[in-house]
Amino acid sequence: MLVNIKYRYAIPSITVAFNMRKNQIIAIAIAAIVVLAAFSTWYSIANKDKPVSVILATTTSTQDSGLLDYILPDFNAKYGADVEVIAVGTGQALELGRNGDADVLFVHSPAKEIDFVDQGYGLYRWTVMYNQFVIVGPASDPACINGMALAKDALEMIYNTNSTFCSRGDQSGTHTAEQKLWTSAGYNYTGISAQSNSSWYLSLGQGMGDTLRTASEKQAYTLVDEATWFNLESQLELEILVKGDNLLFNQYGVIPVNGTMHPAINQDMAINLASWVTSPEIQAMINNYTINGKQVFTPNTDRGP
Amino acid sequence: MESDLLNVTLLSILVSGTATLLASSIAIPLGCYLGMRKFKGKELVRTVTYTLYGFPPVVAGLVLYILLSNSGPLGSLQLLFTPIAMILAQTLLVVPIVIGLTMSAVSTTSKDYTETAIILGADSWRTARTVIHEARIGIISAVMVGFGRALAEVGAVMLVGGNIQWHTRVLTTAIVLETREGNFEYGLALGAILLTIGMVFFYLMKRYQDKGMLT
Repeated sequence: MLVNIKYRYAIPSITVAFNMRKNQIIAIAIAAIVVLAAFSTWYSIANKDKPVSVILATTTSTQDSGLLDYILPDFNAKYGADVEVIAVGTGQALELGRNGDADVLFVHSPAKEIDFVDQGYGLYRWTVMYNQFVIVGPASDPACINGMALAKDALEMIYNTNSTFCSRGDQSGTHTAEQKLWTSAGYNYTGISAQSNSSWYLSLGQGMGDTLRTASEKQAYTLVDEATWFNLESQLELEILVKGDNLLFNQYGVIPVNGTMHPAINQDMAINLASWVTSPEIQAMINNYTINGKQVFTPNTDRGP
Repeated sequence: MESDLLNVTLLSILVSGTATLLASSIAIPLGCYLGMRKFKGKELVRTVTYTLYGFPPVVAGLVLYILLSNSGPLGSLQLLFTPIAMILAQTLLVVPIVIGLTMSAVSTTSKDYTETAIILGADSWRTARTVIHEARIGIISAVMVGFGRALAEVGAVMLVGGNIQWHTRVLTTAIVLETREGNFEYGLALGAILLTIGMVFFYLMKRYQDKGMLT
């Protein structure tokens, strides 16, 4: 070992290892700086016309429905602001809001949203639109739940027949709704999900698309929102078996994050976005939005005129 | 989706390329220095570095998110959900790899050449230079592995970047999105683009390795 090696002997290691002359290294360094400068310039020019940006945290299912791609250009045109959409799980979206990393939340977990506002993290909550959850499963329907009117009866049948059920298992809006259904059927949810050797209840911890695909592969039952279902049904070997129960109601809400705790929040634009998405014009657009010809959301804002 | 393909590809190259460049400029000299020098605690440094090879990118992303968050210590920098945060995350992941592999490359040649060089009367600088020159194949390999890791990484850039269309979407996060939406073929196509970028880079690096051989 070279015991007394000095650090400065190691500095030209890059030129030596790459067998480059000093000029070549300098040329490459200059080229790299030029490229980065060009990118920075392009980035600032691209964002120059939209100096204002607002960060919208929403759920993966909302983004995947394509609704935001349909309506957001209107906000862009009206307010000149760039909406940066971050699609994560409901839990993560709420956490982004608590940390002040998002300006507006658009999720579908009413109980958690109300808590969020009550705890002071959000200014207020307005409902925006709703659709339905449906229970889907294999055509063979081993639990015989097809056409049942009440979700709790269907879940009871699934439980009693030990039919495979795929759960989101990720504290998402859909998962929260699923938990409420099990509770309404009289089961202790913790008891169901905590059985580590359960052969029929599969807690996946994944998004809706992946959960559906797993359910399709395993010919299992699962709970899904209509929008995601219409988007993916052609790829799946599952069918809608139970729908229409009041408890399957899926409510979406919008919350401007409270900027008093986080000065970096774009409070004005957050309020604008909440007002815009609950305005009569946008509510009409939501009403008109279809996937493969089917309407997937029904506007129902509770904001006054 | 397809309209932002060019944007996504260029951002992938920019983020991973810059991260590898940044990481290598720190890590190669450091790796050579640490590899050639004898010092107390060298074994510990080596062990820690090797452990960091397997550092889960998503954990690095989570740590960086907590630091850069508006409610975190570095929130005032407003770097969250920007390409800079993504470059930082990948740099953190690449540095241990390049340091470790450079240290290994330099250590194997160190023993052989030091004795010969000292016998022949070379001074410290000449010996160091020779050792590094002989270790060049290993050092360039270190850069290749580092770039490969950065390019393929998805967890950290997803967390600190947010996969925002037009702003922080790269090939890996785009593949996650396409897969989630069921567009498997498009996801595979993006994967092919990713592999091609890697291939081009590795080819360029290999030329540097070969160049050394001919002299």
